[in-house]
Amino acid sequence: MTRKRRRLYFVLLGLLALSGGLALVLTAFEDNIVLFFSPTEVAAKPVCAQRCRIGGLVANGSVVKEGERVSFDVTDTVETVSVKYVGILPDLFREGQGVVAEGKMTEGIFVANNVLAKHDENYMPPEVADALKKSGRWKEGEPVPVAVVH
Amino acid sequence: MHKFANPTQFMRIANAIYPWIAGLCLILFAAAIPIALVFSPPDYQQGETVRIMYIHVSSAWLMMMIYGIIAANSAMFLIWRHPMANLAARASAPMGATFCALALVTGMLWGQPMWGTFWVWDARLTSTLILFFLYIGYIALSDAFEDSERGDKAAAILALVGSINVPIIHYSVEWWNTLHQPSIMKASSEGIDSSVHPSLLLPLFLMMGAFTMFYFALLVLRLRSELLAAKIRNARLSQIAGHAAAQPAE
Repeated sequence: MTRKRRRLYFVLLGLLALSGGLALVLTAFEDNIVLFFSPTEVAAKPVCAQRCRIGGLVANGSVVKEGERVSFDVTDTVETVSVKYVGILPDLFREGQGVVAEGKMTEGIFVANNVLAKHDENYMPPEVADALKKSGRWKEGEPVPVAVVH
Repeated sequence: MHKFANPTQFMRIANAIYPWIAGLCLILFAAAIPIALVFSPPDYQQGETVRIMYIHVSSAWLMMMIYGIIAANSAMFLIWRHPMANLAARASAPMGATFCALALVTGMLWGQPMWGTFWVWDARLTSTLILFFLYIGYIALSDAFEDSERGDKAAAILALVGSINVPIIHYSVEWWNTLHQPSIMKASSEGIDSSVHPSLLLPLFLMMGAFTMFYFALLVLRLRSELLAAKIRNARLSQIAGHAAAQPAE
């Protein structure tokens, strides 16, 4: 085996070992790497006894606003968590849109002190969005079928 | 591949294609800037803010591609000891760091109005910040040794170790819950699918092409001046040596 060959194998083996080790670390710390938990995870595990973030879609028809006081439901279509929040909501916040709320579970209700809007990966001009909605091929909050956009 | 290791060969090819790269870069920017920043339609939910995306995604694409190029060149340098590979990696690093910083800053400027925050410690943002530190670390480490060859080697090893971060950045939005949206382009069996409407995708592709050509044009310029500087250094050294031989030290 030439020295170049040996160095090549050494580099490949090193990278392999490193990615293997890192994969184990990342899997072990999964709960700490995720930014938020889904309502299903909140229902299944006591992950939100302390401060945490929950994320999902703002349930349709659930938003009630009284001045700065807002209450809404966050859903992942399986489980739902009721959220209470006092403060200013980001521009993208609306029903059917992704949302991340930071706070604590108290008596079955998630009291948030910060609400962030999650943006989806759909980009299109307003006219196209209107046309899609009018023809009934797409509703806001749903993923846009790629074939429709093209 | 090994024939590019010869600096003279490499520069002959690089100089021959340079006018084409630079010309293409100018044409693409001339088209991309007005289309992306003025003439393309706004987005249905972000409005005009979507224009930040053209700069953001192009910068993010380059920060990933340049790191890939640095890692590949570092491997070639470590395994086959090609000095040209080392030069290419070192010349690329400041550009990669710049585009990484651009991606971070444009992302923050977009995040404040859209998400409601400049920064969250989600997997995509955190791993991108780590990439920025890797770039800075690479640049610092390669200049940290008296003996430049040791610095080259140490930096090349750092670049290879850090290359693990590139797939993590790419897949972070799929592997973990993040605030950052998923990729807008997905490779599938029928080519590349995108959830971006063609009227917004065209300016993005033009901008990405312009950024990419800009990087390659600058890379050729930097390599050219790097090789010329080496030539001057060698000429000076031999001149001093000749001088010293002819005239003993005072």
